[in-house]
Amino acid sequence: MLQLKNISKTYGSTMALKSIDLFIPEGKTTMMLGQSGSGKSTLIRIINGLIQPDYGGTVLFEGLPITRKNALTLRHKMGYVIQEGGLFPHFTAYQNIALMAHYLGWPTARIDKRVAELAQLTQLPMDMLSRFPTQLSGGQRQRVSLMRALVLEPDLLLLDEPLGALDPMIRSELQTDLKEIFQTLGKTVVIVTHDIGEAGFLGDLIILLRDGQIVQQGSLPELVHTPADPFVTQFINAQRSPLEALTGNPS
Amino acid sequence: MKKSWLILVCFMMTHTTLLAAEDLTVKIGSKIHTEGVILGELMTHLVNHAGVKAIHLRELGGSQVLWKSLLRGDIDIYAEYTGTMTRELFAGRGLKTLDDIRGRLLQDNILMTKPLDFNSTYAISMKKSVAAKYGISKISDLRHYPFLKFGFGESFMARNDGWQSLRQTYQLPQTDVRGLQHDLSYQGLNNGAIDVINAYSTDGDIAYYDLLVLEDDLQHFPQYYPLFIYRADLQERMPKEVIKALQQLEGKISEAEMTQMNGRAKLDKVPENQIAADFLAEKLALNVDIPEENFWHRLYQLTIEHLFLVSISLFAAIVLSIPLGILAFKYSRLGQIILGIVGTIQTIPSLAILVFMIPLLGIGNSPAIAALFLYSLLPIVRNTYVGLYDISPQLRESAEALGLPPMARLRLVELPLAYRSILAGIKTSAIINIGTATLGALIGAGGYGQPILTGIRLDDISLILQGAIPAAVLALLAQGLFELAEIWIVPKGLQVKSR
Repeated sequence: MLQLKNISKTYGSTMALKSIDLFIPEGKTTMMLGQSGSGKSTLIRIINGLIQPDYGGTVLFEGLPITRKNALTLRHKMGYVIQEGGLFPHFTAYQNIALMAHYLGWPTARIDKRVAELAQLTQLPMDMLSRFPTQLSGGQRQRVSLMRALVLEPDLLLLDEPLGALDPMIRSELQTDLKEIFQTLGKTVVIVTHDIGEAGFLGDLIILLRDGQIVQQGSLPELVHTPADPFVTQFINAQRSPLEALTGNPS
Repeated sequence: MKKSWLILVCFMMTHTTLLAAEDLTVKIGSKIHTEGVILGELMTHLVNHAGVKAIHLRELGGSQVLWKSLLRGDIDIYAEYTGTMTRELFAGRGLKTLDDIRGRLLQDNILMTKPLDFNSTYAISMKKSVAAKYGISKISDLRHYPFLKFGFGESFMARNDGWQSLRQTYQLPQTDVRGLQHDLSYQGLNNGAIDVINAYSTDGDIAYYDLLVLEDDLQHFPQYYPLFIYRADLQERMPKEVIKALQQLEGKISEAEMTQMNGRAKLDKVPENQIAADFLAEKLALNVDIPEENFWHRLYQLTIEHLFLVSISLFAAIVLSIPLGILAFKYSRLGQIILGIVGTIQTIPSLAILVFMIPLLGIGNSPAIAALFLYSLLPIVRNTYVGLYDISPQLRESAEALGLPPMARLRLVELPLAYRSILAGIKTSAIINIGTATLGALIGAGGYGQPILTGIRLDDISLILQGAIPAAVLALLAQGLFELAEIWIVPKGLQVKSR
């Protein structure tokens, strides 16, 4: 499905990524976990060709190396959601979702049908579709953003901190919904997050990054029970439980 | 995008009908002083009376501008003075007699009538009280009073027969010599800001302000006999009556009559076409119809002329500036060059730009439109650039991540998001343009500048306001119109308030 070979990225004198080799399993949800500056966002941008890796690195998507040339059309097979959605403010929710289908010349009936399907999948009320992004709540915006990413039925779904800007209640609700959606779709999903709880809840596979290198990859129990490095435990324990204040102990 | 094109096309369509050329019209030019305008009106009446349509392009400028316009065919005929030709237009060629002048004109395929009789020479003038105080009566007397302040018309400052040669002839020591608008110099003299001016011997103001004309004791100034000079092809293009009609004035206007006509225009505020008609009736027993000068009709015509200048130049500027702004945004190195060039153009004074255009495009609408076009570039280029530049990186990345090619990103996402800024740029350009277009009258493009120019010449505030107020109103209207257009053009999603 998706394979990264020897991916490095240098900005001036700093190396954001240091020779990453990675295999993303098909039909699973893979979480890229790390602090800010760990290189996780750079990595997801390299996957869909927004950023070119340093010379010598290759991303294979469905067996095909991604180049500057083919990135544009390959992106039609990769849905992409960013923090705050990146919805275009001059389009309604519907227009945002339909943009690419419209651009590729889908008949209106087909677009309408697809949008209705997606609204049902993401549980977005239909009357929200005629609203502009500024007239939607944060959670609704992310649902619309997800619909936009899914409209062309991509094989791969990339989400860069999709829930980062939401408050905890909505975030938790959306996490539950996302998990359900991913299960329904059965697609390959890559999500960037800094939240170990989210990574554990949504991910089949967690890849922990630090300073542009992979520290460990595995399931949450593997990371908890057999940490490859003291940093893994440190990272996991850094997240406070709300109960901590009551008991005085990390849960 | 489509909407904005539609607006522009509408703009254009209202004006294309005005562009039709009129070959069967005699185009009469006049210089930017009252006597020139009256002579122009006399010619206009005579040609019209002969049954040929004549238009009067008034107050086009000085001798050089008129002469070049005549050569280019922007005008067919104008009144020129013998002295101006021998000392200024053909200076240094030793032309002396009328035959010399006729021969020289013929080289450029220009013909001339006989002189009209009067001599309108330069009259170096002072207030009688000041002259008496120092005992000055001749120009050579000025040599002993180096502290006297001189104020000369701009053309006199620059002409070959003007200040520089006068100073040489009389060895004048004065250093406080400034150029100013000829008609304003009388006021300067009257209130004591300057002591000596160059009048014309037929100016009505000399008597009105009771000035002393200093004797040209070294005979510096030649004779300035006015006559009509016209393109040789006028005879072929037009019926013979045209030239015959003009020849009726040969030897017919005396110095006293010209002075009186100038005085009526300048001091009694009688319209020049009325003065010219009265003269023709009295002298040639020729009754010409004076078109009723309906204020509203005149205002309508000035408005059409003004809108014509503004809309064509603005339209052209929009068509070029938006792509330039896009290029500047897409290629930052090129962008610096583009913004640098249009910025530099903006620093050239508008008056200078207009004048630079004359050698390239002659007089009339074309040079004015070209100058206004250049002036309208910067706000639109800059606002297009800034509007695109200010789009948040998330939105730009979103568009790219969807797999939209660059042109589609520009059309579907980037330009719509920049509309508000682009429109603001166009609005700024339009308003600057409406103001600057008043200067178009200086080069014969008409518009609201025309009454302003005439008002300055005749020292008539109400006439100046007839141009200044409509220009201000038009600017306000444009502002309102663009604010309405904004509601229509700027995408709704950018106008709604967030919840």
